[in-house]
Amino acid sequence: MDLASAKMIGAGLACIALVGAGIGIGNVFSSLISAVARNPAAQPQVQPFAFLGFALAEATGLFGLAIAFLILFVF
Amino acid sequence: MALELHPLAQFKIEPLIPIHIGGLDLSYTNSALFMTIAVVLITSLLVFGTRRNALVPGRWQSIAEMSYEFVADMVETNAGHGAEPYFPFVFTLFMFVLFSNLLGLIPYSYTVTSQIIVTFALAAAVFIGVTIIGIAKHGAHFLRLFVPEGVPIILLLLLVPIELLSYFIRPFTLSIRLFANMLAGHTMLAIFGGFAASVGLLAILPVALDVAIFALEVLVAALQAYVFAILTCLYLRDALHLH
Repeated sequence: MDLASAKMIGAGLACIALVGAGIGIGNVFSSLISAVARNPAAQPQVQPFAFLGFALAEATGLFGLAIAFLILFVF
Repeated sequence: MALELHPLAQFKIEPLIPIHIGGLDLSYTNSALFMTIAVVLITSLLVFGTRRNALVPGRWQSIAEMSYEFVADMVETNAGHGAEPYFPFVFTLFMFVLFSNLLGLIPYSYTVTSQIIVTFALAAAVFIGVTIIGIAKHGAHFLRLFVPEGVPIILLLLLVPIELLSYFIRPFTLSIRLFANMLAGHTMLAIFGGFAASVGLLAILPVALDVAIFALEVLVAALQAYVFAILTCLYLRDALHLH
């Protein structure tokens, strides 16, 4: 297998990491919605944590995407 | 036309004013230009915004005061009560990352934080600074950070290396999080723009998607600045209060 094809396959496989990001972000916001539904007055206190959790969950998925870009365009 | 444009070509560093001193390439690049623009914008917002010093603030003074208050509140809530001296550092980080991220969204501009070396420099400054602060405050007792309380000795053999690893990986995750978010967002925008250039009338679909992704990128720009600053506050709290 030549390098270019191997790169494509490698990049495609690395993108599977984004499944985790999707599940994680869904979890975070579902918890936010449940929490605000139970206690709407708590929204300003819970919301910063929700955004922090979203960013951290997205970051782990983007680590995988960064590896995909690395494979495609650097090596 | 745009069909030959490689999606990563937007991250190329171009020397604008070549300066070579003794074998070192110290050119003023487009990256340096946008860092300068970010610093000038932040300084003029804060200096000229608060020049009027009115008790009832006007628009610019409001923005300057709100950004100050936002970061001050974040430092006080998340870094605890010993962290007031470090507020200027966190404020600088937050404003620089925010303005750099937002400036990169302007078409044909350059995103300073999309270079791993820039984000790694910021994250390394945070990590080394926080470690030095912790060691200066607690001395050798700082190593208590890696030994959680109430854990049986047998588990400690497993837990301490894990804690050490997760501590030393902090500069890398901090930098790669910001870098990958900026890189991925802007590359997606460029790729969908390339699609729009290469299909005829169907270009309305990638362009509509580009508009939606652009809105997401504005959110991500602000959010990543917030996350960088709040993680700095949390690491500061770990170092100052050891738990």
